[in-house]
Amino acid sequence: MTTILVAEKLSRNFGGIQAIDDLSFALSEGEIVALIGPNGAGKTTLVNLLTGVVKPSSGRIRFQGEDVTAQRPFESARRGLARTFQIVQPFPKMTVLENVAAGALFGGGEPSVAEAMAVAREQLEFMELASFADRPASALTLAGRKRLELAKSMAMRPKVLMLDEVNAGLNSSEIDGALRLIRKIAERGVTILVIEHLMKVVMSLAERVLVLHHGKLIAEGSAANMVRDKNVIEAYLGEKFARRFTAETIGG
Amino acid sequence: MARWQQYALFAVWLILLASTPLWASNYIVRLAITIAMFTALTLSWNFIGGFAGYPSFSTAAFFGLGCYAGALAQRAGVPMVLAWAIATLFVGAFAAALGAIILRLRGHYFAIGSIGVVEVVRLVVSSWGSLTGGGDGLNLPLLSGGPNAVARIFLLVMIVIMLAAFLATVVVDRSRLGFGLRCIQQNEDAANMVGVNTTRYKIIAYTLSALFCGTVGAAYASWTGYIDPTESFSILLSIKIPVMCLLGGPGSVLGPIIGTAAFTLLEELFWANFLDYNRAILGAVIVILIFFLPGGLLAISYRDIAARIASLSRPRKAAA
Repeated sequence: MTTILVAEKLSRNFGGIQAIDDLSFALSEGEIVALIGPNGAGKTTLVNLLTGVVKPSSGRIRFQGEDVTAQRPFESARRGLARTFQIVQPFPKMTVLENVAAGALFGGGEPSVAEAMAVAREQLEFMELASFADRPASALTLAGRKRLELAKSMAMRPKVLMLDEVNAGLNSSEIDGALRLIRKIAERGVTILVIEHLMKVVMSLAERVLVLHHGKLIAEGSAANMVRDKNVIEAYLGEKFARRFTAETIGG
Repeated sequence: MARWQQYALFAVWLILLASTPLWASNYIVRLAITIAMFTALTLSWNFIGGFAGYPSFSTAAFFGLGCYAGALAQRAGVPMVLAWAIATLFVGAFAAALGAIILRLRGHYFAIGSIGVVEVVRLVVSSWGSLTGGGDGLNLPLLSGGPNAVARIFLLVMIVIMLAAFLATVVVDRSRLGFGLRCIQQNEDAANMVGVNTTRYKIIAYTLSALFCGTVGAAYASWTGYIDPTESFSILLSIKIPVMCLLGGPGSVLGPIIGTAAFTLLEELFWANFLDYNRAILGAVIVILIFFLPGGLLAISYRDIAARIASLSRPRKAAA
């Protein structure tokens, strides 16, 4: 497997707070990696760094061998480094179709508005949102808006897709739906970095887990190993969860 | 409204304005010139204020600079139409350079910054006496042929500028640029994230909002034959133009045209009938319209109103 996205000794501080501290990791093409950690660990800051929303204080980011440390967000999008937001960011007065077309036109580089609309229709079909195509984005439920974010990102033809808590605020059947869609996206060969609090989602999706705490990478490995890792239990999961989880997996 | 209907409506309006010398008094012809001129300015403002949603109050700066650039070029011996072209390019370049700085501001801050531009440019022009004549203003060569003949010429000139601004609006509305500007208007950060080069798009919109103001200013200077800083950089112009656009429906193709026509005709009506209170009445009308019609005249569903009137009248008849 070839590496597609590399972070080298990334650091970022906001005033006296070290949000990301000397962090290095790499993503390989086509894998699904989960990024977990307690609130304030720096997960969203890391995504912001990788997509050019904030610039690192030091360190470098390479995407497909190219140094992209100084990129701006729109350049990141055009390169194929797409993301969704924890707090969804639709264009509220535009229709669902136009929202997705915006991704296809600007991020996906479609040559004309008409062609972007056509690509957007395909994406809505793929994301099972086609019946809402002509409704304003603001009329969607939260689950619908999260799916719209996914469709918009996919229309940008991403190579790496970063999903910032796409399941937060969804009920369990909605989460199952979202999981199915994420797997469908992965089948298309898109590398996925998923930020997640729900261990159920992490366990069922990720081939590899990165654990972030106080801006540092404290552990890295398969999901099953992370659940047993002492540092991870201490920093994030808690004794109770780990014991219950181990009991369940042994029992099952 | 379908696209062809909008274009047809504009064509009818344009022909109506252009034909005023054939069937109306000189007063109406002058009103038609004013409407064509303001429509060009409102269509311009629509690029930055309507499509991109940036509340710009720079119109008077662009208009005034257009007046002075055109006047100075003409006084230096440049033929009139070429002077207008120079003024257009000069104002466009000015807006592009200024936009790169001022468009870093958002919302209220941008609005205040754009007002500041008007004042700064006015002060520079009125202080730079050796070039601009300072507070004394500048005289321009008048066209020969008497005021009525000249008015007819400038009616056509203003209509051509209005048509150019309209065509530019139609092109932008249907293009990638218009789509990107609407994204910026709705959510600038999200627009950036989907790959819109927001800085570049905003500068283009700001420049487009200046270009035709430059042309209109230069043509206006040639028409009146005299310009001074107070008249050219009137802050009232910077406020009237956005109000007209908001009244009609910002971000649409037809909104600026309808808004300008409605506003100008209302203004004339109040001038003619309420000499003492016309400004107060106009102000009240503006406040009421903005409060109750935030989307402008175009956003009213006339079909709904007709349906409601119909449903109101029916039970009354049944009761009788």
